Amino acid sequence: MKAENVRPEDLEWVCRKCDRPLEVGPVAVEYMGSQFVTEFPTCPGCGFVLISEALALGKIAEVEQILEDK
Amino acid sequence: MDQQELRALEHRCIQEEAPECTAACPIHVDGRAFVGHVARGEWLEAWKVLLKTMPFPGILGRICDAPCRRRCKRREAGDPIQIGDLERACVSTPPPASRVLPLPRKGKTVALVGSGLSGLTAAWDLARKGYSIRIFEPGPRLGGPLRAIPVHRLPETALEKELERLAALDVDVHLNVDVAPAQFFEQCIAKHDAVFLSLEAAPSSNWNLERDDAGKIIVDPMAQSTRRPGVYAGGRPDTAGPSPVWQAAEGRWAATSIDRHLQKVSLTAGREKDGPYTTRLFTSLAGVLPLPRMEVADLQAGYSAVEAVAEARRCLQCECLECVKICAYLERFGAYPRKYAREIYNNESIVMGPRQANKLVNSCSLCGLCERVCPEDFAVQDLCLQARRSMVRRGKMPPSAHEFALQDMRFSLSERFRLTRHAPKLSQSTHVFFPGCQLCASNPAQVKRVYAHLIDALPSGVGMMLSCCGAPAYWAGREDEFRSVCDGFLADWKALGQPELVVACSTCFRMFAEHLSQVPTTSIWQLMEETNFPPAAAATAGRVLAIHDPCTTRPYPVIQEAIRRIVKRLGVSAEELTLSRDKTECCGFGGLMQNVNPDLSREVAARRARISPLDYLTYCAMCRDSLAAVGKRALHLLDIAFPDAVGSDPAARPRPGWSERQENRARLRASLVKEYWGERVQAMQEHERITLIIAPEVAELLDQRRILVEDVQRVIYEAEKSGSVVLHPQTGRLKACHRPYRATIWVEYSPAPAGYVVHTAYSHRIEVMGGPRT
Repeated sequence: MKAENVRPEDLEWVCRKCDRPLEVGPVAVEYMGSQFVTEFPTCPGCGFVLISEALALGKIAEVEQILEDK
Repeated sequence: MDQQELRALEHRCIQEEAPECTAACPIHVDGRAFVGHVARGEWLEAWKVLLKTMPFPGILGRICDAPCRRRCKRREAGDPIQIGDLERACVSTPPPASRVLPLPRKGKTVALVGSGLSGLTAAWDLARKGYSIRIFEPGPRLGGPLRAIPVHRLPETALEKELERLAALDVDVHLNVDVAPAQFFEQCIAKHDAVFLSLEAAPSSNWNLERDDAGKIIVDPMAQSTRRPGVYAGGRPDTAGPSPVWQAAEGRWAATSIDRHLQKVSLTAGREKDGPYTTRLFTSLAGVLPLPRMEVADLQAGYSAVEAVAEARRCLQCECLECVKICAYLERFGAYPRKYAREIYNNESIVMGPRQANKLVNSCSLCGLCERVCPEDFAVQDLCLQARRSMVRRGKMPPSAHEFALQDMRFSLSERFRLTRHAPKLSQSTHVFFPGCQLCASNPAQVKRVYAHLIDALPSGVGMMLSCCGAPAYWAGREDEFRSVCDGFLADWKALGQPELVVACSTCFRMFAEHLSQVPTTSIWQLMEETNFPPAAAATAGRVLAIHDPCTTRPYPVIQEAIRRIVKRLGVSAEELTLSRDKTECCGFGGLMQNVNPDLSREVAARRARISPLDYLTYCAMCRDSLAAVGKRALHLLDIAFPDAVGSDPAARPRPGWSERQENRARLRASLVKEYWGERVQAMQEHERITLIIAPEVAELLDQRRILVEDVQRVIYEAEKSGSVVLHPQTGRLKACHRPYRATIWVEYSPAPAGYVVHTAYSHRIEVMGGPRT
């Protein structure tokens, strides 16, 4: 999961703490003992990572299922 | 589960046992598949089924005496299926193109003396195995006694066509041979590797073979061996009788023996199923209407195609599937316990690659109805529970499967709900009321009414225990957690002086009965019956309701009967559902099916709801709510025993959502401790003070996604405190997340004067370890 992780509208969000728009950046994630790096919208200031609803219910749910059945 | 346990389990499921027709047939023609094809008019497919086992369908298919009919299940509801006549109709249609591919030549030659059906069958089987065949026929043409069959029954063209198939295997045929002399017989033995005597076609009293007192050649049945090594025989009228299929069978068994003899292997090993055998297949005739056989209009021609199809359609297509018929779960996964056992075994022993049976293992409601209806007591629930425990032990249980239910259980065990008290103003209790977590979650007001009643009815002291019996941990296969719930309960119970437990939930009753037998437990229903409570109620008199027994009461007729007597006293007419009492069905909540497979759970509830148009009366809070969730009007017996205000319609009460279920429990505890024990109510936690504005459709979405209102409060509370939140400038909406347990919950919200408007919330389990920081 890389390019399809981020939709243009995901980058319309601004980090309220840093007052900076989110940018696509590499993010480390972990589940069921598997770790990997992928790309999500993140705040270049504080590192806040945004997971959109579409992504959580779609691709991420799929990957979770695969890792759970591994 | 090891290989041996798997085999034992597989053996127990009889779905793959042979149908009676196949088991009765000496050569095991797959009658069920054959008749099935005929019923669908698939003549070529039907032909192929015959070709698989019959040596010469063009011959045997016309003259078979069909001993299968004597064991056909259809004869218990009408006449047996006329499989012989159907075979005749089938082989009268054009055959499929078929090519015989014999095995490589073995360099050994077998002599066949006589060419009756047994000899031809032995020749056919041996030639295909790669043996060179030499036939000595006393008559002028191959076929022997087959030539004497009337031509309307066995036309010469049909016989010749089949003999051509044999000829294609390079069979060496000698006609008009005088086979009777002893000299011929001895030379035959000397010049060949083995000899088969087709006794229906070439009898001789001159051959030097051991005979019985009546002068008949001694032939071992099934092995078809004579007392001379290498000499085999079959087709004799006194053993095979006038039965063509038996003659063919003896030829076939002899061919098997000759092959084994020449390979120098055991003649008998593994041949238990040669010839007719008994089968364990069970086929229910419930609901099968008796049907007479289709009569043949033209006796000489036999069935027309139309008649044959009509006859074949009477076939029951014997199979068991008793469990699959009554279980939406077993049906959903497309197979039956024998296959499921193998899938679950594979799932457990897999080293690499995806585990494909996790959902299968975790979707079972563990209700055990399969075992009740199985002729062999196959218990799918035991298989699934064992597999869950094994997954938990090996760390392979997907967290998504049961975590929400376990969190809910932990809530019930936490100080937010848990309560252990003696009766108000008393320092000891003879009884303690244990209403269970889900009744408190669904209808806390009722719990208070019941407790008030019990305090009156049991002046010797009835304490109160709010907690959970641990069923969710048990169902989830978490043995350690279940054990610790039990230990926690025992400690509380001992602190109260070991009073008798009065439970309102049938799952609690079963958990205590099966796992904490040292705790004297009675159901509130038994107690109500003993104390004649409630008295006959005018409001319910004359009402007709269908009783839905919770699946966990299945082993306890004492509870089920108490319910019926209470209902009767209340003047309610109770209708029994098709599956009730010891065969009652699960509502779709049991075994945590509801958590693992919500769609299936709804289907199970909906199936149950459709059985009767009447309002249902049950005595389990989860059953009532599961039925209510699929739109079924359903009452809890407490709705009648402790009615709400006049004019209310408790059967129409919707199922409370997950958030409400926790709030109800917390509030019930707070109100009980205040009213009965005068204790101060715990202060609210800070995040609980956050006011949310949630539209009904958003509330429903949250419930479906199992996101609690309290989770949302916590996300917003943490976000507002830390400032870790993103803003959408165009809409002014905010988005933040929090990870209270092994799931991250996201909330999209807007601040409003009266609180926070919640637009949506969602969750994921993958954990974000961190992004880049600059």
